[in-house]
Amino acid sequence: MTSHLALTLAQSGSQWIDFNVGLLAERFWANTVDGLAYGSIYALVALGYTLVYGVLRLINFAHSEVFVVGAFGAYFTFVGLGYKPGPTLASGLGPLIANLVLAGAVAMIAAGLIALLLERVAYRPLRRRNAPRLVFLITAIGASFAIQQGFYLWRGANPEPAIRLVRPEAVFDIAGTRITNIQIVVFVASVVLLIVADRFVGQTRLGRGIRAVAQDPDTAALMGVNKERVIMLTFVIGGALAGAAALFYVMMIPQGVLYNGGFLLGIKAFTAAVLGGIGNLRGALLGGLLLGVVENYGQTLFGGEWRDVVAFVLLIGILMVRPTGILGESLGRARV
Amino acid sequence: MYRARFVRVLALTAALSLGVAACAQNTSQKPGDETKTSGTGSAPSIKADPAPEVPANAALPAGDGKAKCGKVSIAYIGTIAGASAALGLNILNGVKLAVKEHNDANPGCQVTLKQFDSEGSPDKAPGVVTQAISDPTILGVVGLAFSGESKAVGKSFNDAGLVTISPSATNPGLSTNGWKTFFRALGNDAVQGPAISAFVANELNAKKVCVVRDDSEYGIGLADQTSQALGSKVVCDEQVKTAQKEFSAVVGAVQAASPDAVFYAGYYPEAAPFVQQLRDAGYEGAVVAPDGVRDDEFVKNAGEAAEGVYLSCPCLPSSGFTKFSQDYKALSNREPSTYSPEGYDATTILLQGIDKGLKDRASLLNFVKTYEGQGLTKQFKWDGKGELTQTPVWIYEVKDGKIVQLKDMSKS
Repeated sequence: MTSHLALTLAQSGSQWIDFNVGLLAERFWANTVDGLAYGSIYALVALGYTLVYGVLRLINFAHSEVFVVGAFGAYFTFVGLGYKPGPTLASGLGPLIANLVLAGAVAMIAAGLIALLLERVAYRPLRRRNAPRLVFLITAIGASFAIQQGFYLWRGANPEPAIRLVRPEAVFDIAGTRITNIQIVVFVASVVLLIVADRFVGQTRLGRGIRAVAQDPDTAALMGVNKERVIMLTFVIGGALAGAAALFYVMMIPQGVLYNGGFLLGIKAFTAAVLGGIGNLRGALLGGLLLGVVENYGQTLFGGEWRDVVAFVLLIGILMVRPTGILGESLGRARV
Repeated sequence: MYRARFVRVLALTAALSLGVAACAQNTSQKPGDETKTSGTGSAPSIKADPAPEVPANAALPAGDGKAKCGKVSIAYIGTIAGASAALGLNILNGVKLAVKEHNDANPGCQVTLKQFDSEGSPDKAPGVVTQAISDPTILGVVGLAFSGESKAVGKSFNDAGLVTISPSATNPGLSTNGWKTFFRALGNDAVQGPAISAFVANELNAKKVCVVRDDSEYGIGLADQTSQALGSKVVCDEQVKTAQKEFSAVVGAVQAASPDAVFYAGYYPEAAPFVQQLRDAGYEGAVVAPDGVRDDEFVKNAGEAAEGVYLSCPCLPSSGFTKFSQDYKALSNREPSTYSPEGYDATTILLQGIDKGLKDRASLLNFVKTYEGQGLTKQFKWDGKGELTQTPVWIYEVKDGKIVQLKDMSKS
């Protein structure tokens, strides 16, 4: 690979990287709006990584498949409601909202349940036997493959025929920057969900349990916190949020219901979680939005092929200055 | 602290691997300079050419029905259930139909069809190709389907002396490696690129064109060929990544260049969301895409955005091949699509060699090398590199949710 790189650099005639500053200036606000909407999906998925990490110190790599289960849940709800692939159907606002809420509920329940199942089948037996941390990681990767390949055998390699309920229409058009109905819904709903999750962990009794286990599992158990229940709760919350993210994703990108459709998004969401400070809920929100926006700036500035490079260079840059992420690491330590 | 460091190491590893991959794949070019000539992409009405019928002298797999042969087989290698699976199935069903017709007509020569799923991936293909090569009953191969995987395994076939006829790999570089076993049953992208350019310039009257490519061997090569032919008409050049589904930044860059036409060089799984998001953003010009997008999967997934998209293909419409279409549908329960007739033709050529009593790989290779004859789709005769001398390219259009033929570019 290095030889190829050198070769490309040596080509004198052609430009290696474009710095399209003019385009970035022109598209700055459009990039910001698009990035915030897509980044809020990153943030919702990132929350699942962060919650589980905070409590168990485990990177749940199967979380991207929890997301995929949510996406299929939402899709099959659409099918069950009688929607057909092909041109977007015009339907009244009332039934449309009701159907979307229903699909969201199904997606959240399905994803929450699969996350719980994952915890019971893949992680709890290991915890019982005090397995070393590396074993959990390998199990997580294995579980991720198992679920992914299960979907592959069941649904095949082609994406499900796209069903689109809502056509994106520009609600605001401020000096050429279009903000669509879908973007507003996705962004607002994601932020509300993230605030609810943050409040839940910060201010309720169950949330206090989560923080206690995150801080010191043994002492928490001595103080009467049911550790196993807290862990299950954590997985269910993370899963449900991934399910909600999946509904938003399917609304934005109807072609995304696919057996490995969660892979890239999962890696990006994990990056967002580390960026904001893994184990930190507000960090996940910040990291997700930042990643979504910066990815778009980078693509416009350097070209689409640099999308992932920009995302990870940002990560490296921030970790060099702040090794625990922007807002610092621990769920327990952040706010006691 | 150990934990934090562990997470960071993980993240950095992911970062590095993706970064290196992106560098290795970067072939960013800036063809032409921005011309500010404002063109009007006025919706042209193009008269459709009729679909060709089966030529009277076309070779059919049935042969004369008197063939005798031993226990021999041919193989299909390509995607069956992997990436862009629909494109592979179109070919495989054509191959299956040819073998079935041959075996039904020739009781004395029952050829087995062996299928190998390469998943369309340059990483997976070498494994299954090794399996096929080590099976001594396999005398010839139809495949591989895609350009990237063909590049990865061409040398293995050459070393084994196993003849391959690809019904769909179009990257021009494939025939320049000195592989003696490489043949393809269609024109390459050095033919398709200029044909697309001619269509965009002469039929669509586009003055400004955006070229968007994916990061595959095929997409990069085809975009280069097309950009070269378009010359200064190319006003923007964007790249997307395989498996990408969210294109707002690229769509924005295309919008900013306000082109009359957008050409997308890649496969349908990315093309469907790209075209939909492009239309959603308010782009009203023409959209042109190549053979990798020419499948009903694209039409199904792009929704209303598929309507009016022009699709180029070095493949022939099969609607004129009435009997072929009927039999194909009876066999596979699907309509024949991109490269189904080409797969059928490639198989027919291999079967003719077997029917002549050829029993080993070397003689079948020699048979293909010197072959000259008419098939359903075209006259087959290869030059020394494995390229055909006759290479038709057709333009299709999505109309009322169906892909219909529009123009035979070799006639204009």
